[in-house]
Amino acid sequence: MTDVSPAAGPQADTAATTITLAANPRQRALRLHRELSQVWANDRGLWGQVTAVSHTTLGLRFMATAFVFFAIGGILSMLIRAQLATPDGAFLDTELYNQIFTMHGTIMMFLFAIPMLEGIAIWLLPKMLGTRDMAFPRLTALGYWCYLFGGLIMLTALLFGVAPRDGWFMYTPLSNAVFSPGINADVWLLGVTFVEISAIAAAIEITVTILRQRAPGMRLMEMPLFAWYMLGTSAMMLVGFPPLIAGSVLLEMERAFDWPFFDPTRGGDPLLWQHLFWLFGHPEVYIIFLPAAGVMSMMIPVLCRTTILGYGAIVAAILALVFLSFGLWVHHMFTVGIPHMALAFFSAASVLVAVPTAVQIFAWIGTMWKGNPQLHLPMYHILGFFLTFVMGGLTGVMLAIVPFNWQAHDTAFVTAHLHYVLIGGFVFPMMAAATYWMPLMTGKRRIKGLGEAAFWVILIGFHGTFFIMHLTGLLGMPRRIDVYPDNPEWIWLNLTSSIFGFVLTIGFAMYAMDLILQATLGKRQSRDPWQAPTLDWAMPLPAPNYNFASLPTARHLRRDAREVILPLARGEGVLAGAPRGQREFLVTSVGDATPDHVAILPGNTALPLALSSAIGAFVLLMLASLYALAGLALLPVAALIWVWARGMAPQDSLHPVEVAPNFRLPVHHHAMTSLGQSGLFALLIANGTLYASLLFGLAFLSVVTPGPEVPAATVGGVPVVSALGVLAASLVAAQFATADQSATNALVALVGNLVALAALLSVLPFLDDPTAHARDALRAALAGYVGLHVLVAAGMAAFVFDQHRRSEVTATQQGAWPACRLWQRYTGAVTLITLVVAIAQEVLT
Amino acid sequence: MRCALPFFAIVLTGCTGPLSTLAPAGPVAEKIAWLWWGMLAGSVLLTVLVLVLVVMAFGPPRVVNPRVWTHRLGLWFSLMVLSVTLGAGLWVGERILPRGDAVEVTAHSWQWGWRFGHPDGEGGWRQVEGELHIPAGQTIEVRVTSADVIHAFWVPRLAGKIDAIPGRENRLRLRADAPGIYAGRSAEFSGTGYAGMTFTVIAHDPADWPAAIAALSKDAPDD
Repeated sequence: MTDVSPAAGPQADTAATTITLAANPRQRALRLHRELSQVWANDRGLWGQVTAVSHTTLGLRFMATAFVFFAIGGILSMLIRAQLATPDGAFLDTELYNQIFTMHGTIMMFLFAIPMLEGIAIWLLPKMLGTRDMAFPRLTALGYWCYLFGGLIMLTALLFGVAPRDGWFMYTPLSNAVFSPGINADVWLLGVTFVEISAIAAAIEITVTILRQRAPGMRLMEMPLFAWYMLGTSAMMLVGFPPLIAGSVLLEMERAFDWPFFDPTRGGDPLLWQHLFWLFGHPEVYIIFLPAAGVMSMMIPVLCRTTILGYGAIVAAILALVFLSFGLWVHHMFTVGIPHMALAFFSAASVLVAVPTAVQIFAWIGTMWKGNPQLHLPMYHILGFFLTFVMGGLTGVMLAIVPFNWQAHDTAFVTAHLHYVLIGGFVFPMMAAATYWMPLMTGKRRIKGLGEAAFWVILIGFHGTFFIMHLTGLLGMPRRIDVYPDNPEWIWLNLTSSIFGFVLTIGFAMYAMDLILQATLGKRQSRDPWQAPTLDWAMPLPAPNYNFASLPTARHLRRDAREVILPLARGEGVLAGAPRGQREFLVTSVGDATPDHVAILPGNTALPLALSSAIGAFVLLMLASLYALAGLALLPVAALIWVWARGMAPQDSLHPVEVAPNFRLPVHHHAMTSLGQSGLFALLIANGTLYASLLFGLAFLSVVTPGPEVPAATVGGVPVVSALGVLAASLVAAQFATADQSATNALVALVGNLVALAALLSVLPFLDDPTAHARDALRAALAGYVGLHVLVAAGMAAFVFDQHRRSEVTATQQGAWPACRLWQRYTGAVTLITLVVAIAQEVLT
Repeated sequence: MRCALPFFAIVLTGCTGPLSTLAPAGPVAEKIAWLWWGMLAGSVLLTVLVLVLVVMAFGPPRVVNPRVWTHRLGLWFSLMVLSVTLGAGLWVGERILPRGDAVEVTAHSWQWGWRFGHPDGEGGWRQVEGELHIPAGQTIEVRVTSADVIHAFWVPRLAGKIDAIPGRENRLRLRADAPGIYAGRSAEFSGTGYAGMTFTVIAHDPADWPAAIAALSKDAPDD
């Protein structure tokens, strides 16, 4: 009857218990609050901000930092508009102008939009799903610091006039070492990759949190739509970011070591960069849009006093978007000279992606028809969304039509389109979301009037700036030029855009002022101001760090928040308070959310800051071209990761926990599948995509790229084959050793991996010079990838051996064995595939 | 259709300019311009439709059939509109495909300039910087290459653009209906000299074209 997923196998008969998890005895709410606050609060003072791992603190900090970057990006856009206001603008010189528009795009994409959506997901998801934190609190903090440091590196470069200047998509050869000498391009490649650590971290956490931390009884098809949207987003991030990371690493290696991946004179191909970039870049648009659509799907029904229309259709639309968005990256490349049939295919795919978007838009309008829309402030911004995003979507369909694209591509028309889509599809929904959830963030009521005024100024400023920019583009003005002395017909268009651009900026300033006034001067807001039916409002205002004094169960779902606030605050849900003095929440099964075990979380720690600083040191040394030192800087990174993992070791109190009367659950050290394992699995999906991107590069260069003959391989022969044989054999041995957990097997696995590594290193001298040809460079990169994985596998085996030595592995307690096993299998698989590919390539050519 | 022409004439005067895609002077650019006007009309209708539906939503609750919104409007209606658009796009794309004979010229780009090669009718090529000489009324195939970074060859009044990519040769077809001077420029960002990376296309009366080519200096720099 009920849909029990295979993962829930052993717990299948407890499915019935889920529904009837008995209520815990009522306690005094204030006492519970004090007990939980003590355990979950950040440390005091500034140091407390450094060591904080709470999702509430970090979610807000992500959003606040992203808003600061939005302001900086906005200021840069004003400089651009000032320059373009007149045809011979002498305001900026061309070099500086190029840096500014490159940084405007880069900041808005990588330092505003992505961190903003990560922030809202990190802050909101645990509250909506009925849990107390994200799956990996320290990882949240690590992501934040990597984001902040990466962003600061790029800002510093801008201040010193060495910011990236090749456009935010960094097309090579313009961005290679010949045409972009200096560190400008390195700042982009290393800085963005540094920031993307936070994107991958957030994607892993969001996936695991949604799949395994829902309130007991909240089946997948019953979870709030925002969770579905974020699940789609995080899946896309796991698969979408690796191609960009792979591309950035390859381009940086070309710049640093002259490995010619993209150099057409040595078998490389500039188009490979474009493919890798847009393989990320197009899904990126939906990665930004989906969370915005998610908050819309939450707010619209509440503001219309009804329920969402077409839940199932919206879920189907999300899945369709996730799938389709990976099949249309080529529409950014319609002018590079692609065969006609391929153009037709990608054009059709690009048009088709509008269908699931239309399904959502009509579902929202239908919801408004069904209910009684009330014109509160968030609704203003939602209306702004409809007006703006629909127009942006339609120009998007136009651009998907190949012949029109050939005219409009790289003109101001595209600039207009992308601002309609991103401001319409992301900024307006986010402004609605901020005004909607501000009471939960601050506990304050807003001051009436200013918010509405800000909305109108923004709306007028936006359309005044960008609507006529479509025409500017059709009249032939390309993007990214700084002067246009020969084209007086563009003057009035640009001047109008510039004037309204300043109006738009004033609007955003008013909006920011409104939020600041609300946070500082607002009167206290009473609980559940919107009378919402979701768990995020079933808590005191502002939201406490622990979210719920006792965790909601099936009984508390699908009810008005105001009905369940008190029972939860009085400890009538499960896992009430913090009687064991540690941070705990419930982990449930993937399919129908049956309780599985209790996870014990690490507390406040400065480790994330230390680890991100160590990574930052590596990035800075790479920027300074001190490659040998940069290699050494990886040692502290490895050491800190070891310390990090040690922090997860069991300490005490490992008895099962009574989460509800007569219902005990094991703690996570005894669990079959811990959150950590789920997280590692998600990481390996991203990692596998990175590997697949490298293979894509290999295939692309051998099949599509014209270019000079591949020089014959200089060596094959006995030494290489025998070394590769040793490599394979020792990995197989390590594989078998990890099948059973014992100290001896851990040692065998460690030795096996070390032997494999030695064998791989012994092959290196026989490989062709990676600077000679792109094929050899990619081979060397693949060898490096395999070597890194074998090295990590050795480290994990050593870690497990150490756990045995400390007697932390027992019959019921697996320690790090599952992780070690999973990594070892993955390493074996990629090694095998790499060898097969290399041999096949050798045989076929 | 006839009575619509004066209206378009008024609109089009605001759409002129040396680089205007809306003032086509050749069959390829003209077909694309018509495609644009058609898509614009459709988009205006759709935007109005959606906004009217949003405005009508304000009022007391109504009984609605969810499938009307998600399936009929969301799925089928949008599929229908998009199929028509895609069909029109493919039809135009098909009609501007390179087919049949064409006069071949070359366009070689670098940071920051263009050099164009013209067949002199004696098996040789006449090269000149910044100017492309073509015969009006004849189909031209431009072979586009780059010496350094990526550029793009674009003469908006005659045709769409094509990238000039180092290591590759791309081809673009265009035709000027009448003799005249048409502005062109690179449309792919290429560094500090990008804004000035312009050129002109000079369409000659076909009878005068050989003479114009012959007048170009023979000893142009080699590739």
